[in-house]
Amino acid sequence: MYEIRFHGRGGQGAVMASKILAKALAEEGKFVKSIPSFGFERRGAPVSAFLRFDEKYIRKITNIYHPDCIVCLDPTLPRAVDIFEGMNSNGAWIQATKKSAEQFDIPKTVSKLGLCDGFGIAMEIIGRPITNTIMLGVLAKTTGIVSLDSLNKGMESIAFRDAALEKNMEAVRRGYEETAVHEVN
Amino acid sequence: MSKTIVCDGNEAAAWGVVKARPDMVAVYPITPQSSLAEYISQFVADGLIEADLMDVEGEHSVLSVLQGACLAGARTFTATCGQGLAFMFEPYFRTPPLRLPIVMSLVTRDGISPQCVWGGQQDAMTVREVGWIQMYCETNQEILDTIIMAYKIAEHRDVMLPTNVCHDGNYQSYGVEQVEIPDQGDVDAFLGEKNTNWHVALDPDRPMGVDPLTGGAAASGASLFVRYRKGTCKGMQNALRVIAEVHEEWGRKIGRHYSPLVEEYRLDDADYAIVTIGGMTGAGKDAVDMAREAGEKVGLIKVKTFRPYPLQAMLQAVSKVKAVGIVDRSVSFGWNAGPVYQEVLSTLYHRKERIPAVSFIGGLAGADITEDHFSQIIETTARTLRDEIPEGPIWINE
Repeated sequence: MYEIRFHGRGGQGAVMASKILAKALAEEGKFVKSIPSFGFERRGAPVSAFLRFDEKYIRKITNIYHPDCIVCLDPTLPRAVDIFEGMNSNGAWIQATKKSAEQFDIPKTVSKLGLCDGFGIAMEIIGRPITNTIMLGVLAKTTGIVSLDSLNKGMESIAFRDAALEKNMEAVRRGYEETAVHEVN
Repeated sequence: MSKTIVCDGNEAAAWGVVKARPDMVAVYPITPQSSLAEYISQFVADGLIEADLMDVEGEHSVLSVLQGACLAGARTFTATCGQGLAFMFEPYFRTPPLRLPIVMSLVTRDGISPQCVWGGQQDAMTVREVGWIQMYCETNQEILDTIIMAYKIAEHRDVMLPTNVCHDGNYQSYGVEQVEIPDQGDVDAFLGEKNTNWHVALDPDRPMGVDPLTGGAAASGASLFVRYRKGTCKGMQNALRVIAEVHEEWGRKIGRHYSPLVEEYRLDDADYAIVTIGGMTGAGKDAVDMAREAGEKVGLIKVKTFRPYPLQAMLQAVSKVKAVGIVDRSVSFGWNAGPVYQEVLSTLYHRKERIPAVSFIGGLAGADITEDHFSQIIETTARTLRDEIPEGPIWINE
C-alpha cells in the first residue's frame, strides 16, 4: 500500500486533487481510497486530504498518519504546519515553490524531492493561485506512480469551478514539464 | 451494462436512487448530507432520475411531502441527518405506523450541542425506537446496493415500513473509492413492481380513513391503537426474514453478497470478538488480521441491521466467543455506555453462561478510529478473559 497526504490551504483544491488522483490510479487498475481531513473549512486555512492505493481492496477508512509521499500545494504552508509529521523513510516530497532545493532544510525521511513554481504557472493559466492540478503533474514526474494520460482521464468527470478541463490538462502538463526532481538523502 | 466509477459515499447513494427509479424526491441540504441532495438534484436535472423533485422549506416538510406522495402511490426518497432529522421528527414518528415504505439515507452526524458538523451515529441511534428499519453500511458499494435493496424490503407486503440506509458522515459521505453501478435492467428485474399504497391510500377511487383517531379509555379506541402498535412490531419482526431473503436474492442476481443482519468475521475459532457498526468496520477487520498474525484468537462481529434488532443472528455470533468488546460511535446518555453495547448485553441474557462485555465509545464528531485504536480495543477485550474487566465505558479519543 502507498499512502499520500496532500497539504494545502482552503480553496487550493487539495481535496479535489486527491479525488482526481484516485480516479487516475483507478484507471491504472489500482484500488483506491481517498478522504478529506475534517476541520473547520474556510478559505486560506490549512487543509489536508489522504489517499491510499494498493493492488488489493483497501478496507480501512482512516486518516493517514505515516505517509510515503507528501504533496504541498502552497509555498508558505510548511512554515505554518509540520507537513512532515509521521512521514515514512524513503519518502517523496512534492512542493509548490519558487525556491531551489538548496534553500530547504530537507528532512531525513525524504529521498525524492519535486519542486515546481506552481503559483507562477497557476497565475499564468488560471489567473488565480490554484495549484492542485499543476502539482499532480509534479507528483507524476517526481514519483512515476501515475501517468499524465491517466491524470487527464481522472479529470474528465470532475466539475471544475475555476477553470475548464482543457486549462487543467495544460496545468498538469506544465507541472510535469517544469519540475526539478532531486534525489536526496 | 454495469460500470465502475470512483465516487464518494454520497454519490454512491445517489446512484442507488437512480437505479431504484423513484417517482418523488424531496430534499433539504444539511452537512454532511448536502452533496447527496445536490447529486439527486443534478441527476433529476440531467434526466437520470425521472422523478418530481420538490424543494421545500425544511425537513419537516420534506417528509410530510413524501408521506402524501407515498399515500398517492409514489416510490419516494430523501436523505437527512443530525439537526435535519431532529426537525423532521414529528412526521418521522408518524411514518412507521402509517406503514409507508419511504426510503431515506441517514448520513449520520453527531448531535449538537456542543456545535459540530461532523460524523457520528448519535442521530440514527437517537431514533432507534421509532419503528424505522435501520441498516448500516461498511463500503460505498454496500451503500449503493443497500439503497436499492431497501426498496424491496420496505415495500414487501409482510413489512411495509420506512427504511433508513445509514452511512457515516465524513468518512463515508466524502470517502472516495471504486463503486460498480449495476445494470438498469438487472435492477428492474430484481425490484419488480413497486408496492407502496395498496394498504393505505389517498385515492378518490378507494376512499378510506387514513391515520384515524384512536386510543382513549373506550375499549374500541384502545384496541384499535394496540392493533396499530402490534402491526408495526410484527412488520419489524417480519423484516428480519425479508432482509435476509432480499440480500440473498441480490447476491444471486447481482453477484455481490452481504451478510444481511450480522456479519461474522474470523469468528468460528475465536476466543473473543469485537463488535463494530458502519464505516469503522474496515479498520477493525485490519486490526483483527494483525492480531491473528500475532497469535490472538480474535474475531469481529459487524452489525448491518440494527433495527429490527437481529437477536437470533447476534446470539449465534456471540455464542461462539467468551468475551466481547463493543465499539459505538454514539452515546447512550441513560446508560453511560454505547447503544450497541446495551443491545449486545440484552442478547447475552439469552445465553446460559455469563461472559464479559466492554463498552468502547469512539469516533464522535468526526474523530478517527484507527487500527491502533482497534488494537488497543482488542487487547483490552482479551484481558477480560483473565478477569481484568475495566470500568466502562472506555472513551477512545479522549
